Amino acid sequence: MANVVHIMERYEPGSGLKKALSQSRQDVIRTVRESGIKGRGGAGFPTAVKWNLCAVVQSEKKFIVCNADEGEPGTFKDRLLLAERTDALFDGITIGGYAIGAKLGIIYLRAEYTYMRPGLEAKLAERRTSGLLGTSILGSGCNFDIEVRMGAGAYVCGEETALIQSLEGNRGEPRNRPPYPVNTGLVGAPTSVNNVETLIACAHILAKGPEWFRKFGTEASTGTKLLSISGDCKKPGVYEVPWGISLADVIDLCGGEGAKAVQVGGASGRTVPAAQFRRKLGFEDLATGGSIIIIGPERDLLDVAENFLDFFVEESCGQCTPCREGNPKLLEGVQLLKHGKCSIGYLRELQGLGRTMQAASKCGLGQSSANAFLDITEHFRSEILGRVSERGQGSGAREQGRAS
Amino acid sequence: MPEKKHPNKVAVTSAVPTSEKPHVVTGGKPGDIGGLVSVKIDDIELKVPFGTTILEAAKTAGIRIPTLCYHEDLCLAGVCRICVVEVAKQRTLQTSCTFPITEPITVTTTSQRVRQARRHVLDLLLAKHYGECYSCFRNNNCELQALAKEYGVDFFRFGHVEKPKYEVDRSSYSVVRDMNKCVLCRRCVRTCIDLQSVGVLTAAQRSDRTRIETFLDRPLADVICINCGQCINRCPTGALRAKDPSDEIWAAIDDPKKHVVMQTAPSPRAAIGEEFGLEPGTSVTQEMNTAIRRAGFDMVFDTNTTADLTILEEGTELLHRLYKALVQGEKGILPQFTSCSPGWVKFIEHFYPEFLPCLSTCKSPQQMFGALIKTYYAQKQGIDPADIVSVSLMPCSAKKFEANRPEMHASGYKDVDYGLTTREMAQMIKEAGIDLTRLPKSHFDLPFGDASGAGLIFGATGGVMEAAIRTVVEVVTGLKAEQVFSDANVIPVRGFEGIKYMEIAIPQLGPVPALFNSLIKKGKLGATWDWLKGATLKIAVAHGTANARKLMDDIKAGGKFSQCHFIEVMACPGGCLGGGGQPIPTSPSIRAARAKAIYGEDMGLALRKSHENPHVIKLYEEFLTDGPCGEQSHKYLHTHYTPRGDYLV
Repeated sequence: MANVVHIMERYEPGSGLKKALSQSRQDVIRTVRESGIKGRGGAGFPTAVKWNLCAVVQSEKKFIVCNADEGEPGTFKDRLLLAERTDALFDGITIGGYAIGAKLGIIYLRAEYTYMRPGLEAKLAERRTSGLLGTSILGSGCNFDIEVRMGAGAYVCGEETALIQSLEGNRGEPRNRPPYPVNTGLVGAPTSVNNVETLIACAHILAKGPEWFRKFGTEASTGTKLLSISGDCKKPGVYEVPWGISLADVIDLCGGEGAKAVQVGGASGRTVPAAQFRRKLGFEDLATGGSIIIIGPERDLLDVAENFLDFFVEESCGQCTPCREGNPKLLEGVQLLKHGKCSIGYLRELQGLGRTMQAASKCGLGQSSANAFLDITEHFRSEILGRVSERGQGSGAREQGRAS
Repeated sequence: MPEKKHPNKVAVTSAVPTSEKPHVVTGGKPGDIGGLVSVKIDDIELKVPFGTTILEAAKTAGIRIPTLCYHEDLCLAGVCRICVVEVAKQRTLQTSCTFPITEPITVTTTSQRVRQARRHVLDLLLAKHYGECYSCFRNNNCELQALAKEYGVDFFRFGHVEKPKYEVDRSSYSVVRDMNKCVLCRRCVRTCIDLQSVGVLTAAQRSDRTRIETFLDRPLADVICINCGQCINRCPTGALRAKDPSDEIWAAIDDPKKHVVMQTAPSPRAAIGEEFGLEPGTSVTQEMNTAIRRAGFDMVFDTNTTADLTILEEGTELLHRLYKALVQGEKGILPQFTSCSPGWVKFIEHFYPEFLPCLSTCKSPQQMFGALIKTYYAQKQGIDPADIVSVSLMPCSAKKFEANRPEMHASGYKDVDYGLTTREMAQMIKEAGIDLTRLPKSHFDLPFGDASGAGLIFGATGGVMEAAIRTVVEVVTGLKAEQVFSDANVIPVRGFEGIKYMEIAIPQLGPVPALFNSLIKKGKLGATWDWLKGATLKIAVAHGTANARKLMDDIKAGGKFSQCHFIEVMACPGGCLGGGGQPIPTSPSIRAARAKAIYGEDMGLALRKSHENPHVIKLYEEFLTDGPCGEQSHKYLHTHYTPRGDYLV
């Protein structure tokens, strides 16, 4: 398989950390900047920029938080990394902590991964005895420790500000931004929240150099990406691929021939129809946190939309109006569509609502929860309209809705 | 502390503020970093202080941006999303109430995307909001209704609720909660946590099941609500209201056997005009008297009379406590706290019960009045107290709870039958077909009229303290208050600073007035003031129970305020004039206007000191014959408290 790479597999424990500690903080951040790495959680914010924003703030307290709240439907690559790449992960957290000037790193572990906690704790204890954590790590004078904290099962706590709220013991609800966590994060201190995969990649980058990393991927999307592939395919699983791979190649890889759509980026991602399978994964076009769900030819896309919206209705934190009240309306709309009871006028109304949710919701959850609905109703319009009642009996909405 | 087993154990929720604080930029406060930042809003260019929000900037430029969850008194939430605007280079719309201007930006407040988003937000809220406007007490004073009008809502785009979903919680004596009308703006939550540091309300559940709940969703009467009603004043809709007794009052008015008397507190007269379209700060005392009479009340009295009485009782109590502490060495009785504010009384009963020995035993003016009406007044007029219906017009929702306290039966009857808020009084006046603004003036009825300006300023934070100072200074020094304070105005205790502090050195000592003879006889006071020689009276004033909590924590920690002798606390921000029964809306500027009206009226009065009130003097001659803090006054005018802690009791 030409497209599969394994660059994140072999890692000498402590190697990246040793290199990092032998450099200045600015040099560590420069190395990361030169690698061009962007956040692997999905949003794609340049890691070096984030670390630098944190590093330049004068503050007694700073934190680096590893976001291990892998909650996006269809993603499971962090589970594998947490189980099998712990050395590189802990190195990555420590490197990040050193770079921004934090004394404490926190792994925010999703509740469903509680079973992993003893293993992680044991590994941390081991690192403390071997001098990779604690006071004056590897004799460098840098003090740093890592704690594991548990989530409680809320999807929204994967959003970094909600995660911080949760860490503080509050209701898991996103905060207003600005201010951003790099400035005002955990207990008001500058905080860098990074994905598991990002931190592991950074450990590799420090160990092997930015040029090595840049050999993979594209100009704007350097390196490789772990994909969690699931759905209607023969070989689901975790794959490491270079950025820039086309969806067609991804389908080849996992045996998803005949797919009518691919859900890129999980429930909050985009639904890409077969006609667009030449599109490529990368920050230039289809960014993704790694979830790839193959939607086979027999699937009813309204079922898909219903499934996702059901999820978002349940997982909305209930704070802001567009997300709290909008998702149930979209879900209701999909159910009306399924029963052929949604008028074209009301469908148009709901599409407008979806765009409002994208624009006006408080956090990424609400801003992306309408994506699948909008994509499906746009790209599979004929499939859906086939069921729209001709008399246009909507859910009580007027056929000639006021254009506002 | 180990969990105690108790059948009445009630819900205690965290009083730790959990909502967000205004934006803080590290390394800079508003006004720092070069001071001004330029911003362009809809083609208007202006410069604003660093960190100003888009909403504030737009206001200065005369551009209106609609808001719903935003409230001037509260920290930011950014949850309703009605105030969204376009900010250049930002992918999504931004909430103008939360977005700080820290670099030059370009803002568009009206565009297709913005209008559509606002309309959608409104439509979504209306789809969940149950109730018809014409059967809602907030009709024509509802922020949701006003927005619906502003955005031309003429149909329910996303449907409408046909049936109520939640039972209305009428368990509390003071506050009624109807969650069917709630729009989840969380102003009540922020009020309760941040402004009042009580924290009985919180957002519970998530998704579209989210609702505002008490701890474990217990009825409001079963949680540690202090009944201050500040949540009511800040609710944008009719989800929160005070418990309205006007039907019972109308029934009493219509019953010829009943003698219905009204006492009116100082704050409603400075605010009730707002309910009739007058500018905040328009004092309508005498028009209101006429209106109350025309509505059918037999007598209209001035609670300020018993405010004056409170000063004599509480001032005497203070001197007695000082004597006990300074001369007899008794501990744990200072500082003396005022007890006029029933919200504050319940607050200290719940959160600082160990300080109850410091709380003045004086009843509030309302309850002193209640006890006198059904005894002294009934005897004087030859009316059977059973036929008297005693109503109080108060700026307060907690007064309803206070009137229902079991200990408030000094007369042998319920001393105050009904507490009526300013809003409810205005409604009764309107219902009687009276236009308050066009009425002739009339005085209060005797024997409880013509009170002093000192009683009047009880309505503002610092007012009780100022009234007490005017009297205590004269009683102790033999000087006129005017000789110590210009125009007898004690400026340092005025104003809206959260906690105020003042030291008053006693310049000289006068003779002990004859009023205290019986106390001296009992050994409760010395025959001279010599023991106060060279003393400095330390006092503090707090308003809003969040400030009260700061103060109490300081006292607990042995800080500056633990050295105080006398402390005034009012539960509501601004004092009674900002009470939970006052006209809606409220804001710092509205409260300032009301305060100005109160202090202005005080300045215009000839009688400005409680101890000079002839009716009070007469009361001590005719009824409370053994003087302030004597046995008679203890029977009628003093009370005791319940250390509630986490329990309802």
